[in-house]
Amino acid sequence: MYKFILPLRYFLKRRITHLAAAAVALCVFIVVVVMTVMNGLVSEFKDKNHDFVGDCIVGTDSLVGFCYYEDFLSELQKHKFVQAASPVVKGFGLLTQPGTGQNIGVEIIGIEPVGFCEATKFAQTLYYHKDKPSDVFSPTYNPALAGCVVGIDMISGSRDGAGKYHHGPEPLQIELMIICFPLTARGALAKAGTDLVNSKTVYYSDDSHTGLVKVDARTIYLEFKLARELLGMAGATPRASAIHIKFAEGTRLKAGVGKIKKMWNDFAETYADRQYANLLKNVTVQSWLDYRRGSIAPMEKEQTMLILLFAMLGIITVFIIFVVFYMIISHKSKDIGILKSVGVSRIAVLQLFVVFAALVGTVGALTGAGAGCVFLAKINDMEDWLFERFGWQLWDRTVYAIGDIPNDIEWQVLAVIIGAAVLAALAGAFFPGLRGSSKQPVEVLQVSQL
Amino acid sequence: MAGEPIMSEILRASGLYKSYKMGQSKIEVLRGLNLSVQSGRFIAIVGASGSGKSTLLHILGALDEPDAGSVEFEGKRLDKLGAGRLNQFRNKMVGFVFQFYHLLDELNVLENVMLPAMAQSGIVGWLKRRAGARKHAKSLLEQLGLSDRITHKPYQLSGGERQRVAIARALMNKPRLLLADEPTGNLDSETGNGILKILEELNGNGQTIVMVTHDEKNAHRAQRVIRLADGKIV
Repeated sequence: MYKFILPLRYFLKRRITHLAAAAVALCVFIVVVVMTVMNGLVSEFKDKNHDFVGDCIVGTDSLVGFCYYEDFLSELQKHKFVQAASPVVKGFGLLTQPGTGQNIGVEIIGIEPVGFCEATKFAQTLYYHKDKPSDVFSPTYNPALAGCVVGIDMISGSRDGAGKYHHGPEPLQIELMIICFPLTARGALAKAGTDLVNSKTVYYSDDSHTGLVKVDARTIYLEFKLARELLGMAGATPRASAIHIKFAEGTRLKAGVGKIKKMWNDFAETYADRQYANLLKNVTVQSWLDYRRGSIAPMEKEQTMLILLFAMLGIITVFIIFVVFYMIISHKSKDIGILKSVGVSRIAVLQLFVVFAALVGTVGALTGAGAGCVFLAKINDMEDWLFERFGWQLWDRTVYAIGDIPNDIEWQVLAVIIGAAVLAALAGAFFPGLRGSSKQPVEVLQVSQL
Repeated sequence: MAGEPIMSEILRASGLYKSYKMGQSKIEVLRGLNLSVQSGRFIAIVGASGSGKSTLLHILGALDEPDAGSVEFEGKRLDKLGAGRLNQFRNKMVGFVFQFYHLLDELNVLENVMLPAMAQSGIVGWLKRRAGARKHAKSLLEQLGLSDRITHKPYQLSGGERQRVAIARALMNKPRLLLADEPTGNLDSETGNGILKILEELNGNGQTIVMVTHDEKNAHRAQRVIRLADGKIV
């Protein structure tokens, strides 16, 4: 029983142990807050990418696209594990607002709105047509006009200093012109001479807020057939750039992608002797993770670097505990001598200091975790207050495409952090405890009597 | 002597040698010391400062090991006991009283006295024994006039009270042998006299006591005085 009473009394009485617990608490607080925000940002970013492209993408990076996509779509729709599949055409062009003199390069994505919203979460990114995406290319002010959807950051003045977007009750009546270079299935310019380009006047119908900076700043969505026409992908053998697929619930990503890959390989083999079959060789089947790897990997790398930094922070914590316990145990030599003089074993003395270290680690970890949870619960309120009073934000919302600072605590991660903190305390105290427990009683009692 | 009961030997030290290194030189503290202690006796070991009295007491109580020689307790050699058995010996067979009391500052009086009982059992064992141990500890403290001090911490006690707590702790597990190392060395004469009276009373009840002191007057309170000089009994 003394193994519990003594550590508790040591903890309550000696201020230096409070410092040790405070060191653990501070480290845990920092790790909990930063890991929660970082994990939240990475998780949000991954979710945004996933929502944007669906589960699986059969597509090509070539601007020429590939043929026979309709046949493959029919194949896909026969399988129950495919919940939805939708084709898209992609290309690049110039976007001009007549009268302004502004020309910007944009990515053009042609979609079938209903199918695309089933295969991805595109509908959730819309503002005026969120509930009825089928009409997204029919501007409410004149449904007869050819509508377009633009990335939200392309609308000038839509975002305030706090990073919040504002919309009027009706979409703005904006006329835009798209100019692009159509390509043939052979990859050559479809037109020649003075008529190299295709152009079309379209009208702003809605905007899309995916939360992905590059997408929201430089993407325009057009009705599928219109885009296909503009990009030169219509004709006798119509082409598409990609098919976005959503798997049925319960389908595991890797398994689903594997099935699609096999289906595509079989399909490509069947169509190997058809016209423009060479375009099928450029097509890849990827999961959303692989498809968006270029965007996701840098953030995951930063997350890994942060974890490594925190591991080093953990080493510093262990060292602090080591120093504190070295000092405490040096001062507790007399107690060790007394305990041994009444028959307490070396192992029991070590256990006593292990319990002491566990107490320091647990109190520190729980304090730090509690403070971290409270801080995270209030982090957005604090940032709002700071912005109102001092105009300061942790991340400038006019620059960064985030909303609220992520503050959802993952309880498994929190448990791991607390466990690691307790282990760090035990590690720091182990060698001083071992050294202390190894002392002969007469060494410390004789010295004490001097 | 006629009329005296025959006492069994409880402790025997044979040919004890002990030396310490002080820098380059080696100081021999015990040089082939022999000692026999009968059960129920009150023995005082007296000698000048540095004569090896405390060293001898520590070796007899298995707190230290001799360089050569042996100590037998009730016929069993201490140097043949493993670490676990030695811990049991210190816990159950021997009670130690130190000059500087050596109480644990974080425990109150009752907890300090119960320490030897706590040390011998695990959590489950302690929960079973706790009530009995508390009763016995309180009884000891009552005998030593400390009933109203059981919740006090050591810093709240006088020197004499602390020494009485140390005596109660030493007696907690009813040891066969009580070893007292200068028990009055840190006390005034009146208080020290009180402590010696307690030791006399304990011996009167059959407790075997070996006391180390540098004070001749205190030594003569014991039944037998052994003088230590040059590492040997003279």
